[in-house]
Amino acid sequence: MSLKVSIPTPLRRYTDGAGVIEVAGDSVGSALQSLTDQFPPLKQHLYTDQGRLRSFVNVYVNDDDIRYLQRTETAVKPGDLISIVPSIAGGSA
Amino acid sequence: MLKLRTAEYDALRSHGEETYPFECCGVLVGRFTGEDRAVEEVVHCGNTRSDRPQDRYHIDPKELIAAQRQATSKGLEIVGFYHSHPDHPARWSQTDLAEAHWLGCSYVITSVQAGRAQDTNSFVLLGDTEDNKHLETEEIRVSNLVEDRTICR
Repeated sequence: MSLKVSIPTPLRRYTDGAGVIEVAGDSVGSALQSLTDQFPPLKQHLYTDQGRLRSFVNVYVNDDDIRYLQRTETAVKPGDLISIVPSIAGGSA
Repeated sequence: MLKLRTAEYDALRSHGEETYPFECCGVLVGRFTGEDRAVEEVVHCGNTRSDRPQDRYHIDPKELIAAQRQATSKGLEIVGFYHSHPDHPARWSQTDLAEAHWLGCSYVITSVQAGRAQDTNSFVLLGDTEDNKHLETEEIRVSNLVEDRTICR
């Protein structure tokens, strides 16, 4: 069992087209660090210049939003799936 | 270019009629083919913006994850999104651009006037970053309709 990150369509251009990447780490933060270490160009799409996750980037561990857990400190283990999901919103006004 | 079959095209337009006077929203699942996006399925989603659903939409990320998992299981990808503009033209707003983050995907907008779907336009989100992203009008090709008419001749 390995820890994996699901990559959304628009970011797959930075992962050689892969939709799922195996990573190392025991927290969401360290897992995403493992991801961006493997694919450095991803970093600017996930983080602001100040190193914070961009506000429109949703991160889920399995079915849970990390905003309602311990954010990037949320613990993860082999077998978990971390999903990166940019938000979808808008409107006519 | 965005390619759809008649059934998928009708499905996203009628969704806007069903939710009128509120905005509808959903996911387009299919394949990237060169510079084009070919839609295989239209996934209706709920609009979580209960505070002002008449001119705002937001899709629950859990619905996006479910759509993505389902697409992956079929060898497909999320290629775009759609929503409606009740009593408003089918053109993107500054809100639409500011809230668009799926670079390379299509954003389809249907104008629904007095409960009836009118114009449907598609815009592809181009650029490399949040700083230079922009929406560009793209052609919509509804293939079944054209082919069926050709066959009838």
